[in-house]
Amino acid sequence: MDSTRTRKQLIADRVAGLSPSGIRKFFDLLASLEGVISLGVGEPDFVTPWRIREAAIYSLERGYTSYTSNYGLPELRKELANYLRCLYSIEYDPQGELLITVGVSEALDLALRAILNPGDEVIMPDPCYVAYSACVTLAGGTPVPVPTTVENGFAIRAADIESRIGVRTKALLMGYPANPTGAVLTRPELASICDVATKHGLIVISDEVYARLVYDIEHTSFPCLPGARENCILLGGFSKAFAMTGWRIGYAAAPREILEAMTKVHQYTMLCAPTVGQMAALEALRSGENDVVAMVEDYNQRRRLMVKGLNDIGLACYEPKGAFYAFPSIAATGLTSDQFAEKLLNEERVAVVPGSAFGSCGEGFVRCCYATAVPDIEEALRRIERFVKRHRMP
Amino acid sequence: MNEKILKVLEQNAKATPLQLATMTGVPVSEVKETIEQAERERVILRYKTVINWEKLGNERVMALIEVKITPQRGVGFDALAERIYRFAEARSVYLVSGTYDLAVLVTAGSMHEVANFVSQKLSPLEGVQGTVTHFLLKRYKEDGEILDGKEESHRLAVAP
Ligand SMILES: Cc1ncc(COP(=O)(O)O)c(C=O)c1O
Repeated sequence: MDSTRTRKQLIADRVAGLSPSGIRKFFDLLASLEGVISLGVGEPDFVTPWRIREAAIYSLERGYTSYTSNYGLPELRKELANYLRCLYSIEYDPQGELLITVGVSEALDLALRAILNPGDEVIMPDPCYVAYSACVTLAGGTPVPVPTTVENGFAIRAADIESRIGVRTKALLMGYPANPTGAVLTRPELASICDVATKHGLIVISDEVYARLVYDIEHTSFPCLPGARENCILLGGFSKAFAMTGWRIGYAAAPREILEAMTKVHQYTMLCAPTVGQMAALEALRSGENDVVAMVEDYNQRRRLMVKGLNDIGLACYEPKGAFYAFPSIAATGLTSDQFAEKLLNEERVAVVPGSAFGSCGEGFVRCCYATAVPDIEEALRRIERFVKRHRMP
Repeated sequence: MNEKILKVLEQNAKATPLQLATMTGVPVSEVKETIEQAERERVILRYKTVINWEKLGNERVMALIEVKITPQRGVGFDALAERIYRFAEARSVYLVSGTYDLAVLVTAGSMHEVANFVSQKLSPLEGVQGTVTHFLLKRYKEDGEILDGKEESHRLAVAP
């Protein structure tokens, strides 16, 4: 038998065709080096606040180890409805409009699988979170990237969305505050996007996992806009705001019909989110607010340090108003973002993520995560400064 | 007075005005003014370093002493508290609610010194009804710092 032929057939075309995440490559390189300061992470450097961990441990002691309802613990959904009401004055019925998921990651997958027919197009900003386009493809859809630019603060523009809408366009998928750019959208920007979506009957999947991490501005949740709620799937989570990435808890909020469809997929593929994680999330909603506020203030200080440091070095960096990423231009060096990241890691032992990993419009930029201890940020900046001096374009 | 500046300083007394300015988004001149004013008005009392002396094998003795006292007419607990806090051995003195009145935190070079302080200075004071001395056996957390086994994040170095 021809072994290459059998091997090729082993993997489905859809999966074989996916390119591996550009981030993976760096991980291998990094593992072989010592003394690396990593600005390449995508998660908080805080450990989950103890009161949350302690509540989870207590739930284990009391024997909460079985499945929960497919939708998630009723108390958690009730508390979540309350949380969304307090934050955004928006109403979701805990019975049938809220679903607890295994992170925003699962919620995103469910949303796409629930609404896409083969060949349906999904518009998304470029650059964007690495999972967006892969998840659309896996759900049988076609990703349609909309270029965004630094001149516009990497905000996706309503007119650019509209110009790409065709007969197969089913949905708009966006996440603001954004990974990797730290970009946010203002309320008027969101309102014009909402108008376009409504006019063309698009479903808007709004990934607001970074909603709580905004600096000196207020976050506007997409479904709060007049007329937006009916066609919106709101995705949110605990990973970033409460420093709970490893617990794997997120949620989806959507009108009944859509949420029911998502729950159908969820009940067969996941059954329910981990019970101990749900218990931790419940405690987070009940008593984690002070921790969130303290962590946001801490990120904000480090954000200012990072952004000023990068600009002083000559890597032009617009002010990111959300998440925990700075996305400086590396034009001063004349290197591609891949070259920049690889050389910086090898020569100065600082890990950043090349912008190209997030889409072609990320080329010329690198992602620097400032959820890193202040002394490490300062040392990383010194190393980057040396590096840039060496590689500055003549 | 800009409290953000003070909060950063409380965590890191070594932060320079330039660092403070960047981190809080306040101009350097204002940072300097704030610090000067805070020092002048004794909002900032002192810049201190939290040291784990045990690491050097330098065993200083600490004790928490419960003091029950009789309040005095006109001055309540304050006059007697002052007599006590003026002793250099008294590192912190608090008026507390509950079964006793003053909590006195004492540091000294040896258990003997603490015992001397209690029996020679504290107990004989007029108005002191009684004392209970608790020697500190182990320090787990000091001023918000966990002394041993501070939690590390176990993050992967690169993640999406
Ligand atoms: C934009 C964005 N959405 C979703 C996720 C995944 O979040 P969760 O941990 O809730 O699955 C991430 C994680 O990095 C992200 O950056």
